[in-house]
Amino acid sequence: MSQARLLWRKSLNAVMLSLTGVAAFGVVSILFLILGYLIWNGGRSLNLDFFTQLPKPVGETGGGMANAIVGSLKLLFLAALMGLPVGLLAGVYLAEFGGKALGFVIRYTADLLNGVPSIVIGIFAYTLVVLPVKHFSTLAGGVALAIMVVPITVRSTEEFLRAVPGSLREGAMALGASKWRTIASVVLPAASGGVITGMLLSLARVAGETAPLLFTAFSNRYWSPGWAQPIASLPVMIYTYAIAPYDDWHRQAWAAGLVLLGLVLLANLGCRFVLSRRGTTRSV
Amino acid sequence: MASPSQGNNATAAQFARQVRVSEKTPAALEKEASVRFEIADLDFYYGAKQAVFGLSLRIPKNKVTALIGPSGCGKSTFLRTLNRMNETIRNTHVDGRILLDGQNVLEMDVVKLRRRVGMVFQRPNPFPKSIYDNVAYGLRINGYSGRLNDLVEHSLKRAALWDEVKDALHKSAFALSGGQQQRLCIARALAVDPEVLLLDEPCSALDPVTTAKIEELMFQLKDSCTMAIVTHNMQQAARASDFTAFMLDGKLIEHNETSKLFTTPQDPRTEAYITGRFG
Repeated sequence: MSQARLLWRKSLNAVMLSLTGVAAFGVVSILFLILGYLIWNGGRSLNLDFFTQLPKPVGETGGGMANAIVGSLKLLFLAALMGLPVGLLAGVYLAEFGGKALGFVIRYTADLLNGVPSIVIGIFAYTLVVLPVKHFSTLAGGVALAIMVVPITVRSTEEFLRAVPGSLREGAMALGASKWRTIASVVLPAASGGVITGMLLSLARVAGETAPLLFTAFSNRYWSPGWAQPIASLPVMIYTYAIAPYDDWHRQAWAAGLVLLGLVLLANLGCRFVLSRRGTTRSV
Repeated sequence: MASPSQGNNATAAQFARQVRVSEKTPAALEKEASVRFEIADLDFYYGAKQAVFGLSLRIPKNKVTALIGPSGCGKSTFLRTLNRMNETIRNTHVDGRILLDGQNVLEMDVVKLRRRVGMVFQRPNPFPKSIYDNVAYGLRINGYSGRLNDLVEHSLKRAALWDEVKDALHKSAFALSGGQQQRLCIARALAVDPEVLLLDEPCSALDPVTTAKIEELMFQLKDSCTMAIVTHNMQQAARASDFTAFMLDGKLIEHNETSKLFTTPQDPRTEAYITGRFG
């Protein structure tokens, strides 16, 4: 009886252990399947032309997505310009000044905003920026992405500022520094590695957004000078090219996917580099 | 006393110093005895909870005043009212009078006050900057634009740290040992030339050898600085202070010259505490 019980317990243990292991393996293999497939398909279609040429007219093969690469960078630049300062300052407010009630409201709002589907944010930016001027623009796409950058930056900035020991703040205040001076000269520098990482990750996250760009930045088969014209971006190009009926466009879509992934990966590696360099001066 | 030999020797030395003082001329005596901080009827509240009750105390100029008492008796809270650090905590309230050289501390500009009353904390808290920038911090935020190099060197010398760091001024302050970090924090506080230095258990995170260095340093600083030190270590109070105040449950129980308080305590609670019966 007890022998049978022991056997049962042992086999249950083994079964559960293998189930968790299989699930973990599944997670890893999905990522590597995507990566492998992307590199296999995208790598074959990737060439110098992809980075330097404009898209060719329908029917012609070849060409590239230079305009979409520059477009994505321009959109991210706008998103960073508008979203990061707001996110940073709001994060500082939450960590350093926010009271209990107001802090809760702002934190909760930021979390809700983070959970708003990106297509809804696209509609919002469409109503806000596109409708009044009656045409798609780089600016509209930048606004949509900036709205998505804000809540992520707010929360990551807050977390990293909270991790700075209170004794540092006291040290600065005891020397006669004002609250703002303390934050600017001691707290933010101490947390800078983490804060910068949070910012880069938020940009990496919105770099792959398609939905909010569909009816704000729209797309463009040519260069888009200035900020008031529709502009091509990698995610939207992937969408357009992947559903088109031409094999050459499919190959281009794979290449665009690979480039986009490369950009995000670069941002991630950049974060790690920044963090590890700062990490050496952050002990105690 | 817990460690009679050490404690008694120190107390004897203190006592000898007191005797020397009283041999001086009356004018010198008066100057020696002049008061830097005068605290009267001080009440302090964290929200609805009162932490300090009707405390009155005079902190004499160019002397070390030690605050002793069991954990939670309000000695750190009291110390932090002197440079108004408690204001950084929400929902606190202070009643009573604190005079610094006759000026009302509670109505003073807080930046000016903290420039005159420096503070050293329980755990060394150097900023994540170079040694040089740590010391220069107080000067820079006060808009000082003169010869920073000289003042940084002078402050590090006053904190007895210069010889150990003069070749590494631009290295991170985190590379220093705990005791060096604490002396760096003292140098940082001294850089703005405060009249008073508040020390909140400055040695509680340090080993005995380093503690001795800090105490030696306090002795040297007495010429230019008034000091108030909160300590859990009664030997330290006996060794390093001229006056000692014993606090219990937010009230000042006894305040006297250190030699007298430790040898002939007037209050039975003081006696019970210093002989180690509680706390």
